[in-house]
Amino acid sequence: MTREHNTRRDFLKRSGALLVSFSIGSATRSVSDSVTAAQPLLVPGDQLDSWIAIDENGLVTAYTGKCDLGQGLATAQTQLVAEELGVGLAQVTLIQCDTARTPDQGTTSGSQSHPTNFNNRNLAQAAATAREALIRLASQRLSVSTEQLEVQNGIVFASQEPSRQVGYGALVGGRRFELTIDLTAKRRRPDEWNVLGTDAAGLDFPALVTGQFEFVHNVRLPEMLYGAVVRPPAIGANLLNVDESSLRDLSGIVKVVVKRDFVGVIADGPWQAIQGAKQLAVSWSNGTKLPAQSDIYEQLREQPALDTLVVDSGDVDEKMIAATSTVTATYRHPYQMHGSLGTSCAVADVSTDSATVWSATQAVHPLKSTLAMMLGLSQDDVRVIFRRGSGCYGINGADTAAYDAALLSQSLHRPVRVQLSRRDEMAWENYGHAYVIDQRVGIGASGRIVAWDYEAWFPRRGGRPGRGTPGNVVTGVLAGFAPTTPTPRNPSPPPSGQFSNRSNAAPSYVAGCIDGRCGGTGTVQSERVLTHTVESPFFTGPLRSPSRLQNTFAHECLMDEVAARVGADPVAYRLDHLSDPRLREVVQAAALRANWNTRPSPRPDVKGSGIVTGRGFACALYEGDNGYCAIVADVNLDQDTGSLKVNRFTVSVDCGPISNPNGLRNQIEGGALQGMSRALLEEVTWNDEYVTSVDWRTYRSLPLGFPVPDITTVIVDRFNGKAMGAGETAITLVAAAIGNAIFDATGTRLREVPFTRDRIQSALNATRRP
Amino acid sequence: MTRFILTVNGRRQTVDVDPATPLLYVLSQDLALRGPKFGCGLSQCGACTVIADGNAVRSCVTPVSRVTDVNITTLEGLGTPDQPHPIQQAFIDEEAAQCGFCLNGVILSAKALLDRNPQATDAQIEKALSTVLCRCFAHVRMHRAIKRYAREMSK
Repeated sequence: MTREHNTRRDFLKRSGALLVSFSIGSATRSVSDSVTAAQPLLVPGDQLDSWIAIDENGLVTAYTGKCDLGQGLATAQTQLVAEELGVGLAQVTLIQCDTARTPDQGTTSGSQSHPTNFNNRNLAQAAATAREALIRLASQRLSVSTEQLEVQNGIVFASQEPSRQVGYGALVGGRRFELTIDLTAKRRRPDEWNVLGTDAAGLDFPALVTGQFEFVHNVRLPEMLYGAVVRPPAIGANLLNVDESSLRDLSGIVKVVVKRDFVGVIADGPWQAIQGAKQLAVSWSNGTKLPAQSDIYEQLREQPALDTLVVDSGDVDEKMIAATSTVTATYRHPYQMHGSLGTSCAVADVSTDSATVWSATQAVHPLKSTLAMMLGLSQDDVRVIFRRGSGCYGINGADTAAYDAALLSQSLHRPVRVQLSRRDEMAWENYGHAYVIDQRVGIGASGRIVAWDYEAWFPRRGGRPGRGTPGNVVTGVLAGFAPTTPTPRNPSPPPSGQFSNRSNAAPSYVAGCIDGRCGGTGTVQSERVLTHTVESPFFTGPLRSPSRLQNTFAHECLMDEVAARVGADPVAYRLDHLSDPRLREVVQAAALRANWNTRPSPRPDVKGSGIVTGRGFACALYEGDNGYCAIVADVNLDQDTGSLKVNRFTVSVDCGPISNPNGLRNQIEGGALQGMSRALLEEVTWNDEYVTSVDWRTYRSLPLGFPVPDITTVIVDRFNGKAMGAGETAITLVAAAIGNAIFDATGTRLREVPFTRDRIQSALNATRRP
Repeated sequence: MTRFILTVNGRRQTVDVDPATPLLYVLSQDLALRGPKFGCGLSQCGACTVIADGNAVRSCVTPVSRVTDVNITTLEGLGTPDQPHPIQQAFIDEEAAQCGFCLNGVILSAKALLDRNPQATDAQIEKALSTVLCRCFAHVRMHRAIKRYAREMSK
């Protein structure tokens, strides 16, 4: 096998080196990992050649640093390039997230791919620049002015005389543009769109449904070996001893690898590696004692904290005293998992002086830098190539598995594939933050809110490794790197600069004023939003709608509680406190489509037993600037058993001009149901030493077979707006909407997620008690 | 190590493995099939499903020694990207997936049920999928695709 590694430096040393290649994607398109002379080398982001290449046949290759994790982004980006260049979808091949070939766009996360690549910079602007450059070239070639030229399917022709034409291949085929991205290059307007804005079929579907698609799990290299890891039995346990002789009777074991607290087994095949990891005799020190799960929320409040004042008008306490009445409530949200269906996997090929790693990471360039730290190599000698994994919804074990595979491969200088066990995935992933949130609202004589006071505590440990912190995930810590943890700070400095809702810590209903400048979406002027970040015993990290979901649960339930207190309709009461016209519009759109009946909650005919129905509302502007969404949940609740059935979600969304309406609906539907699973079932559990939710019996997820609610998505298409994210909008609202629907049906308020059947029933019992 | 002859997607294949090896590893490692996937290794999620003589079987907990006399079908055995099987076409038409990792278990579990009982009720479909997981929660579309296939079979 070829032992070279096609990092950029290698490529520069040996121009045109061709290495192992892999096919990916549908049968009709095949993408290889080989670096060839025609392709761009890294690659300043302001250079057109970093993004677009056109070959002699006019076929377009586009390079992007935002990858398709299953959210449909490859199809949408292909649509974008086809639209801007005036070519068909089949003429575009998209290369995603490869440190040797694609621009460094950081991490594919935070619903930032549309804002980043579909507005007036990066991929979109590169394609627009290319189109204008090609038309200029055609103008010279055809002696026709640029205004009189049109493009169709990559052929530039004179509008008046279509036979005067020249193809992209003839204009630039195989050569570089050598142009800087022109920020004034004209983008196609949404009202001109032919490819964007249509329900383009997912380009990966034919391969996916027929078992041909190459996931990272399917990457195979010549001479590849298989690894399995041995994680500590308890959190904080250190390695004492490894007895390799315990594997003597197993066949196929190649090597036991130990590096500080990292232990792994390499074998000829995956099953042998798993058997080896299971059988290896390893002794560990005792772990750190974990806080009791029963009072985790109280413990969060008692730790040293990093305090952050998001906004503080300075008058909240006095407004509360002057208020006619106040509503206070505490909301609790547990640690939850990403819980990828497939456990994390990576393939690494590490030689003495370079490494290539195939990973489902969301962050190829950052992972390159931390892999270099883990391996003691120069960053220039590491290449990370993205391959889709099982859907991740934030940072699952993809990065840590990449470290696992790299450490094992380095020990033998042979390629090694690692796939985690279900337990190792679930016991050690970076969980979504637990939250405890105290809310206090003052109500004036008019019944309107006069002051809003929010205070939250949430734990953090590690997170995305970024470019310098491999210890932010488990393998990095085992190998000796430290995780980032919050540095206590009290008191918080006063809020300054431009208002940001800080992961929706600030509710939609406050004005968000700092030094006289207001950036919120609401009307409440007296406002205080204070967060306390404390240290977590577990690794934490962004889980789909990180913090936004937990905060929105607390805000949207509280808004409902306040509306109920003043006897107002929950939608009307929200509208009374919202100033942002687009947020108001999605609120109205969802209510209209759901035939929202204007009346206060709970419903007037609440009865204490039997099956009752209710409706709940919630809305938010994700992160303050990235996707407007509102939802109505219609539920049935059997008060005798606590059994809840969601009949329907009605979701309205405004995220600017829509690239692929069907793809957007897919995201909204999936987000709504994932939100439902998280709201009703999902919770990380532990004992005093280790995590006990380590499979699908102990960490429950809604299965495919359950009475699935109807989901109606109302798209408010904002042709003239900026492209926004959509993937995290609906999920943000679901727990609040269901909690509000339960209240509407029963008059009972649930303030702690998940709303398990037991919890619903004991809440109902507590309400019924005289 | 023991030699086994397996019938996979209509082809007889000889493998030489430890008899305790779960079928999943033989399919994905020895036979290099991409359809069956490791999700949990505990028969809890469905990602590893194959159809064995008409029944949906979890290959992650099925020792290879137990399936030497049966016809094993994986996702690859149904159709190709150019000529997908009708149930695969139904999933394409409904765009019934996101990341797609679960599709193997979803399609094969549904197919095993509907091939036995094309008139399966919603409750029967739900039951057949009650231990199949899709963590992207493309449920709405998947149920639509399954019903589309059921309708087409009944024509």
